[in-house]
Amino acid sequence: MSNWIEVGQLEEIPKQGSRVIKTNDFNIAVFRTVNDEVFAVKDACPHKQGQLSQGIVHDKKVTCPLHNWTISLESGEALGPDEGCTNVFMAKVESGLVLIDLG
Amino acid sequence: MKEKLVMIGNGMAGMRTIEELLKIAPDMYDITVFGDEPYGNYNRILLSPVLAGEKTIDDIMLNTMDWYEENNIKLHAGKRVNEINRIARTVISEDGTVEEYDRLLIATGSKPFIIPVPGHDKDGVIAFRDINDVDIMLDATKNHKHATVIGGGLLGLEAANGMMQHGMKVTVVHLVDTLMERQMDSVSGKMLKNSLQEKGMDFRMEAQTAEITGNGRVSGIKFADGTSIETDLVVMAVGIRPNIELAQKAGLHCERGIVVNDTLQTYDPRIYSVGECVQHRGDTYGLVAPLFEMVKVCANHLAQMGIGLYEGSVTSTKLKVTGIDLFSAGDFIGDESTEEMVMQDATSGLYKKLVLKDNKLIGAVLYGDTKEGAWYFQLMRSGQDISDMRDKLLFGESHLGDSGHGGDHILTMSDDTEICGCNGVCKGDIVQAITSEGLFTLDEVRAHTKASASCGSCTGLVEQILESTLGSDYETPEAKPICQCTDHTHEEVREAIRERKLTSINDVRRSLNWKTQDGCPACRMSLNYYVQSAWHNEAQDDPQSRFINERAHANIQKDGRYSVIPRMWGGMTTPDELRAIANVAEKYEIKDVHLTGGQRIGLYGVEKEVLPKIWKDLNDAGMVSGHAYGKAMRTVKTCVGKQWCRFGTQDSTALGIKLEELTWASWMPHKFKLAVSGCPRNCAEATIKDFGVVCVDSGYELHIGGNGGIKVRATDLLCNVATEEVMEYCGAFIQYYREDAHYLERTAPWVERIGFSQIEDMIVKNEEKRKYYNKRFLEAQKISQVDPWKERATGGVAPHEFASIKVVSL
Repeated sequence: MSNWIEVGQLEEIPKQGSRVIKTNDFNIAVFRTVNDEVFAVKDACPHKQGQLSQGIVHDKKVTCPLHNWTISLESGEALGPDEGCTNVFMAKVESGLVLIDLG
Repeated sequence: MKEKLVMIGNGMAGMRTIEELLKIAPDMYDITVFGDEPYGNYNRILLSPVLAGEKTIDDIMLNTMDWYEENNIKLHAGKRVNEINRIARTVISEDGTVEEYDRLLIATGSKPFIIPVPGHDKDGVIAFRDINDVDIMLDATKNHKHATVIGGGLLGLEAANGMMQHGMKVTVVHLVDTLMERQMDSVSGKMLKNSLQEKGMDFRMEAQTAEITGNGRVSGIKFADGTSIETDLVVMAVGIRPNIELAQKAGLHCERGIVVNDTLQTYDPRIYSVGECVQHRGDTYGLVAPLFEMVKVCANHLAQMGIGLYEGSVTSTKLKVTGIDLFSAGDFIGDESTEEMVMQDATSGLYKKLVLKDNKLIGAVLYGDTKEGAWYFQLMRSGQDISDMRDKLLFGESHLGDSGHGGDHILTMSDDTEICGCNGVCKGDIVQAITSEGLFTLDEVRAHTKASASCGSCTGLVEQILESTLGSDYETPEAKPICQCTDHTHEEVREAIRERKLTSINDVRRSLNWKTQDGCPACRMSLNYYVQSAWHNEAQDDPQSRFINERAHANIQKDGRYSVIPRMWGGMTTPDELRAIANVAEKYEIKDVHLTGGQRIGLYGVEKEVLPKIWKDLNDAGMVSGHAYGKAMRTVKTCVGKQWCRFGTQDSTALGIKLEELTWASWMPHKFKLAVSGCPRNCAEATIKDFGVVCVDSGYELHIGGNGGIKVRATDLLCNVATEEVMEYCGAFIQYYREDAHYLERTAPWVERIGFSQIEDMIVKNEEKRKYYNKRFLEAQKISQVDPWKERATGGVAPHEFASIKVVSL
């Protein structure tokens, strides 16, 4: 079941950056890439729960600020020799508005 | 339609080119490979350990048949190409297979030279080149007793040692009186011969083979002096010749090898060539490391990226005979224009010879203890001036006053020794990854194991493991690129930024053909620093290319909360400041208040959105950001000096405050700390700071390049000054460091890399330069000295950084 919610305007998220959506249980990081694609993942690195929203965004990846794990924003999976996965939420932009599917 | 790339020769150099090409341009070509041998690609250099029974064929396979299939490469294994038709642009193999090409890569390698003496074609006379030769030797060890190796070079000795391991009696026949004379001088050659004799190897030195005798199969060798020996097997290991027949037949210009230019193109620009078959600037190569340097350039040009030139290689050698440590590189013989340093200890079996020219290391032979080989090799390749370390050079890097990791010897470490403390990687894990995954470079080891991928302090150890595991295969990068997004080094990038006036990260990436669209954290942070350091007036900061701490102006902690550390000028504070800190701690329920190592007070466990509020309260009490989070000037530590101390010679506290006022809010390649001590008792520990002042009765001693971090390093004394010229020296030193050091290079390794005398020349001896750098520092500071806390607490800068975009209840 899908449950699309409005997050805000694309302009509110810096290019190559991220903003945080707070929920009761956990935070979701919404990312905007250099090419204005948007992605949303649970704001917790599979390694030590570092806040991915605070990482450096490059290509469709983010590097966690705590120990440099790099996470694919498309799959939520850790890249390279690291193994682990964080939850991914569907995200899209419609007429400048960012939406994510809380499922 | 995709262009067709055909490669002839399924060996290490050729396949490495294909792998590099697949990495940078995966979909560019339809690729077809022809190979003589009926296998995938294997690591030919490790045939010696296979012969010695230390490794199996499976261990040394680099690309299995499956790999070719997975990468959509058509492999014709076991098909020998016998014609290249350059007009029709086709390649034809013995069995009539025809493949068309748009580009052709010839990597036919070399073939062993067989001395054309009578009897050289008898059964039981072989070379040492491929798996088949190894099989014949292993077979012989089962059915025969006595083998002879003709040629006492690297390969010959490895073959002899291998067969000896299987219980054969082996004689080595050598034409001159020094073994491995291309890699060894006569002293080390004799030491090697003695060790091998002790292991049971026989030698016939200065012996010229005249005839191989026997009835059908070999049974003996006759020498030119009339003597003879009996033998059941003859292995010829007298050298290799570039395999150029095919290229010659196709009309490509060949001399000793296939002649190529600096982009590895033959005289036919559609045809490239790499590896042992080529001749480049008059040289041919028979070791793996230079081939890999060629390969990088060739792959780059095949991918039409058009950057990189191959300009020849300096090579080093390590003998892969267990129990014998030998290393040689460069010109180790020398001539009238060179000088040498020698250390010889026959009892311990140690010999070291270094050859120097114009204060640069140009050659080295090490016997018995080779752990410094990689370091010497690096010195040779970088062409570093060694005048500053002459007295310690012979004793090695671990004697250069390095009390951190110095003295660690990789060979004596057990497999469960932890090498990378950040990621918990042991020596055994690294060795395992190198051999089973076929790794050759530091980057590859990092990608597979994470060893040295965090703080980097174990990089040297990982390089040593690579070197000792791979021997001469190890690819020491001549100059390391910034990251995998480019082939350019830090120096090249900085020079381009200056020369071409590049003022943004995007400009740099465009101008230097970056391989990735928006880079990676490593290059983004470096470039953001470099453009601003070169063009402080024009360059724009890119916050998204800064680490979170510098973006949020606070230090992220392990649970995602932050720390707040206000500046305390020169380590002095007041009741009002303390009251403000106490108030903030109570008001925002800050759990931990801690005294830092830099004479300040840290507040820990602050939620990010609260940061601007705390900053406002602290600003109101007159306090500003302490930059405890950045690659920046951190603190100036002081003692109370002559104001209070009975030993104090100068007012160290006041000087510390002035220095902090001069230098605060300056971005650096790495963190930067200062200290001022009021007397030589040095209570402020100025001699382990990046810039330290020790007050003496006559004035001030200025110290540079100290570090209390990963590797402890005491400072070098830069000079003494009588008055408060201290400020000018400090500004100049900082600016020179800022404009010269690599990003993330602290002053300690920087001083060691460029040499102390270089800094002394620039800052002490050359007044004009000193004034120039100081002036640039002051100009940059005018722009930079703005309190980042105030900008964010009340100035409306980057509000998005401290607020969530939405709150949802689920």
